Amino acid sequence: MSLSPVIEAAGLTKAYGTTVAVQAIRFTVRQGEIFGFLGPNGAGKTTTMKMITCVSPRTSGTLRVLGHDPATAPAAIKARLGVVPQETNLDPDFTCHGNLVTYARYFDIPQDAAEKKADELLAFVQLQDKRDVAIDKLSGGMKRRLILARALVNDPDLLILDEPTIGLDPQARHLIWERLRLLQAQGKTVVLTTHYLDEAARLCDRLVIMDNGSILVEGSPAELVKRFVGEEIVEVERNDEVLSCLEKAGIVFEITGDMVQVVTGSARDVARTLFENCRPRKMLTRPATLEDVFLKLAGRALKE
Amino acid sequence: MIRTALQFPRVTRRAWNVWHRNLIVFVRTWKVNFFPPFIEAFLYLSAIGLGIGAYVGSIEGIPYITYIAPAILAISVMNSAFFECTYGSYVRMYYQKSFDAMIATPLSIEDVIFGELLWGATRSVMYVAIMLPVLAAFNVISLPASLLAIPLAFLGGMMFAAIGMCFTAITPGLETLNYPAYLFITPMTLFSGTFFPLTLLPPVFGYIAVIFLPLTHLVAVMRMSTLPAFSLSILLNLAWMAIITIVLCIVSINLMKRRLIV
Repeated sequence: MSLSPVIEAAGLTKAYGTTVAVQAIRFTVRQGEIFGFLGPNGAGKTTTMKMITCVSPRTSGTLRVLGHDPATAPAAIKARLGVVPQETNLDPDFTCHGNLVTYARYFDIPQDAAEKKADELLAFVQLQDKRDVAIDKLSGGMKRRLILARALVNDPDLLILDEPTIGLDPQARHLIWERLRLLQAQGKTVVLTTHYLDEAARLCDRLVIMDNGSILVEGSPAELVKRFVGEEIVEVERNDEVLSCLEKAGIVFEITGDMVQVVTGSARDVARTLFENCRPRKMLTRPATLEDVFLKLAGRALKE
Repeated sequence: MIRTALQFPRVTRRAWNVWHRNLIVFVRTWKVNFFPPFIEAFLYLSAIGLGIGAYVGSIEGIPYITYIAPAILAISVMNSAFFECTYGSYVRMYYQKSFDAMIATPLSIEDVIFGELLWGATRSVMYVAIMLPVLAAFNVISLPASLLAIPLAFLGGMMFAAIGMCFTAITPGLETLNYPAYLFITPMTLFSGTFFPLTLLPPVFGYIAVIFLPLTHLVAVMRMSTLPAFSLSILLNLAWMAIITIVLCIVSINLMKRRLIV
């Protein structure tokens, strides 16, 4: 698989009047990867997606999607794009099957091909039983799955998903994750936004963390965890005895609420030291996660 | 500001895909949709034509029911296009988020809005096509000249669709669409030479109607076709409608673009 970039952005900026929603961000999405945008609400993720999907014009900077500029060739880009919006905007005047066929028509796909594709896609998202059911009879999870199916009617090269699993139960989330990995295996490039850190850690080959319209960091989930946090974390109950004991042992720690966190290369060594000298009542060790990275970076950003 | 509003929009043939979507929804509920024009023509002709007509007798030498028949067509053209592109389009845009879904495909916002305008005009054509046999059965229109009402319905339909879409583009909510409906459409229904000639009123009414009320021109050309009684003034009426239609189609697309693309 070649590594030519699917999306290239540099100095990409979006301002609404005096409010800057996205500020001079730079990123590159390579072919065949799952690329994530992480960040709290209002970080600028959705605005970035809207610029990529040619819905919202950029204020400044450069942006190329699938080799074209969204400002000059939106139709050429959108023909090869599959979009899962954050908001459910299925057409309530049609059934599940009807929604897919109608959407396919917007891509100028002939009726016969569209009907066949619609049935295939309903099976792909496990909605074949709901083929002729009206949209308002579907559960939230079914609607999200149908939107995923709809985004695939034109067999897109690039899939853009804005919070694909928001508000879904664990089963529905897992189905969507599994399907996205399958699509990646078929050679599609996937870009998604999320504020679920476990989702990003599981799915993304690479990701960026955004806050206040800027990209804070970029890398693979494992790399980011290693770079910004460390390998393992020991969490121990916070009390004076533990604190003085930690200081005596020369262990660097951080207080988070009623717990004390120690980042370490070897949780076992730290845990042994604590058990032998400090007699804590509550302690746990775990591998460091993206959430630790996120809290560290977002926490720091909040103090500024 | 004015230059942006009049910028010529880049509409492609993909607009027909939007039109097609609305057609499918319409055809699926055809029983509900075909009934109103039928019954409306019947009600107007009986109540106003035969009822009031019995007292009025004739206007300008024309039996009253024959005088109002073209007005019924013109009013239907106005109502079907205007309400389709105000309440109908607003619901699709704001509540169903259909436009958002459409512009994620190769369709542009210009295509979407023009497709909606074409659809509004198509509703007018369908309405008139269903009403014509009823009017013919009452023997109040003459054929084949009255068949001109069908292309005229398309022109008038585009005009009122564009007028409606301009209001849809600037309305803050669904309720505020009641203002143009009651303050513009209702007076127009009464004061456009529909049920009585404008010459009965002080001349100022006539001037206002000719300059500001689009329905006046549509009623005039419809009446010339159904009587039939053509005069050269039809060219003025058609030109007035064509210019207004083209300008407002452009303006409505640009206003919608301003509303939806941020």
